[in-house]
Amino acid sequence: MINLFTMFFQEAPAETTGYMIFGYSIIFGTLMIYLISLFTRWRNFKKDQEVLEELEKEK
Amino acid sequence: MPPKPTALKILDWVSLALLAIASYMVFFFAPMEAVMGNVQRVFYFHVAAGWVGFLSFFVAVIVGIIYLRTNDLKWDVIGLAAVELGLMFSFINIVTGSIWARPIWNTWWTWDPRLVTATIMELIYFAYLMLRQGIENPVRRARFGAVYATLGFTSVPISFLSIRIWRTIHPVVIGSGSSEAQGSFDMTSPMLATFLFSLFVFTVIFVDLLWNRIRLGQYGEKIEQLRLKLMA
Repeated sequence: MINLFTMFFQEAPAETTGYMIFGYSIIFGTLMIYLISLFTRWRNFKKDQEVLEELEKEK
Repeated sequence: MPPKPTALKILDWVSLALLAIASYMVFFFAPMEAVMGNVQRVFYFHVAAGWVGFLSFFVAVIVGIIYLRTNDLKWDVIGLAAVELGLMFSFINIVTGSIWARPIWNTWWTWDPRLVTATIMELIYFAYLMLRQGIENPVRRARFGAVYATLGFTSVPISFLSIRIWRTIHPVVIGSGSSEAQGSFDMTSPMLATFLFSLFVFTVIFVDLLWNRIRLGQYGEKIEQLRLKLMA
C-alpha cells in the first residue's frame, strides 16, 4: 500500500531523450567520418602509387 | 602494400560486433537513471572515449621515447597514428560532455577545471598535427613529433587529476570527488556492467583503429619514398 502511494507521488526522470540521441549521433557520426577518412586516404595513396609506378616505368 | 592481415580483418569484425553489443547494453540493458533520464546513457561512451583518448596519448609518448632512443622512423608512424586517434576520441569525449551538461548543468559550457584542461589537451595535440605539416625533413619531423608528444603529455595527467584536486562541478566516477559535483549518481549492477564493458569495447576499437592507421601511415611512407626516388 505504501509502495503504491509513493509511486503516485514520485517525480519522473527528466525528459532528456533528445540530448541522448544528439550525443550518440555525435559519437557514431565522428567514428563514421574517421573511418571514411581512413578509406579515402588509402584510396588516394593507391592512386598516387599507380601514377608514380607509371612514371617510373616511363623513366 | 601487402594485403590486410587476417588477424586485422577478424579484429575489424570483432570490434564492430562488440560495438553493437555495447550499444545494445547502453540502450536496453542499463536502466534509465532516476533523475537525469536518458541523457545519462551518454556517460558510458563519454567516459570510454575519454579513457581511450588518454590511452592514445600515452601510447604516443611511449613510442616517442622509443623513437628518440632508436631513431627508427617506424615509431614516428605509430606516434602520429596514436595522436590522431587520441584527438578523435577526446573530441567525442568533450562534445558528448557538453551535450550531457546542457540539461544537467543548464549550460553547454562552463569554465570548470576538467573542461578547460581537457580542451587545452585537445588543442595541444591539434597543434602537434599542424606543426608537423610544416616540417619537410622526415627525420626532423619525427624528432619534433617525439619531443612534442612527450612534453605535451603533461597535459594528460593534469586533465585526469583536475576533478580530484580542484573545486569542480564535474562528477567523479571512480573514487570520491568534490562535494559540489552536479550530476553524480550511484551505479546499479547493470549500469556498472555496461560501463566496464564500454571501456573494454572502446579499448578494442582503439587497438583496431590504431593498427589500421599504422598501415595507412606505412603506405604513406612507401609513397613518399617512391616519390623521392623519382625526383632523384
